[in-house]
Amino acid sequence: MLNKKEYEDLVKETVPKSREIKTLIWAFIVGGIICVIGQVVSDIIKLIFNGIDELSVANVTSAVMIFFGVVLTGFGVYDKIGAHAGGGSIVPITGFANSVVSPAMEYNRDGVVFGIMSKMFVIAGPIIVSGVVASIGVGIVYWVVSLF
Amino acid sequence: MNGGKQTIVFDKKAVIMSGYGIAGPKEKEGNLADFFDYIIEDDTFGEKSYERAECKMHLRAIESAIERAKLREEQIDVLLCGDLLNQIISSSFTARELDIPFLGLYNACSTFGEALALGAISISGGFMTKVSCSTSSHFSTAERQYRYPLELGTQMTPTAQWTVTGSGCSILSDTGEGPKISSVTIGKVIDYGEIDANNMGAAMAPAAASTIIAHLRDLGRMPDYYDMILTGDLGIFGSELVNKLTASEGIFIADRHEDCGKMIFKTEQTVRMGGSGAGCSSLVFNTYVLQKLRSGEIKKLLFVPTGALLSRESSLQGESIPSIAHAISIEV
Repeated sequence: MLNKKEYEDLVKETVPKSREIKTLIWAFIVGGIICVIGQVVSDIIKLIFNGIDELSVANVTSAVMIFFGVVLTGFGVYDKIGAHAGGGSIVPITGFANSVVSPAMEYNRDGVVFGIMSKMFVIAGPIIVSGVVASIGVGIVYWVVSLF
Repeated sequence: MNGGKQTIVFDKKAVIMSGYGIAGPKEKEGNLADFFDYIIEDDTFGEKSYERAECKMHLRAIESAIERAKLREEQIDVLLCGDLLNQIISSSFTARELDIPFLGLYNACSTFGEALALGAISISGGFMTKVSCSTSSHFSTAERQYRYPLELGTQMTPTAQWTVTGSGCSILSDTGEGPKISSVTIGKVIDYGEIDANNMGAAMAPAAASTIIAHLRDLGRMPDYYDMILTGDLGIFGSELVNKLTASEGIFIADRHEDCGKMIFKTEQTVRMGGSGAGCSSLVFNTYVLQKLRSGEIKKLLFVPTGALLSRESSLQGESIPSIAHAISIEV
């Protein structure tokens, strides 16, 4: 029989590859649509709350988009979008909402404390840690630069 | 062993008296729906968790197979059961409902092969007369254990496979009419260094090839002795690989090779390389294959369920995937 090295080469040569163009187009379109919806939400907020500052607009928009992500996950739609869109629906903040709500739903049956509460961040946890670590790093750089 | 390095040849052959297979809703949309004995329309099967649904399927498969063999529960000497969940809970929780001695087995997706082999040995040795061999798997229980929450919006990689929701049970007997198990080849654990847990076809193909080659060499047979060589769940890519691996030894099986994982789903069902899971080979065997054996369309079958012996932790720790396959020779 082929040895390990020959087999490894055979697998590498013949393995089915991702259809990159197709997945990129899907991600681009779906990710774009989510961002357009975000822009529309943000414009509506500006119309409703006249004179609101930019930071508050961004915060409220994020909250509304998270709400959409949560609802679509709860109704079992977001995973179907994600199956086609990939990064297009993972990267926006709606994807973050999906990554928190889906384990909460999944582990619901394991109890409130050790199911929902402890498993809720199994997927989003690394994102939060990276965000915190990165912000500390940027903060240090900012502080060092501001010394000169 | 009496038939060579890895093979046992039986003088007294175990008879496959009956088989029963239950499938889930996705399998209903696949290629073999007409052959399944029972289809659950809702994958919770009326239960409050998917784990309970899997147990209920498994129990239904065993009870129905016993009934179909015109036997009673107390006539069964032992249950040989396995599944994919941690501590094989589906099997033991199923056995809790039955008043039958129980041996829990684990060889991942090849467990059904292990069960048939042990059942045939027990019967041929004269230790038992009626044995139940069964396995189950459920997409939603396996997904949670090996991968991600169901509602998470992820994409399947091109080489991934879809865990079959289903269960199958065969009743083996020392007497009676039906296809007989004439020999078994016990597989070795083979690891060719594949580390991608989403490419189990590539991980398992060397194990399948090794067992098929060992079986044919031990018995001095050529592949054309068999009408069909049926592997468990190598999928589309794994099937190509096993053909190439055996061909590298001068054994050409491509013209008679089939794979349960490849057969069960249609390509448009977005299952990538096909089906997998401990229930995949037992479901296909106990429905489609058994009917073909009964009708005489297949007279000699080499059934080779395949299993990837990984866990979520072993993959996270960067371990490669050891795999196994057992060969069961079945003749009408």
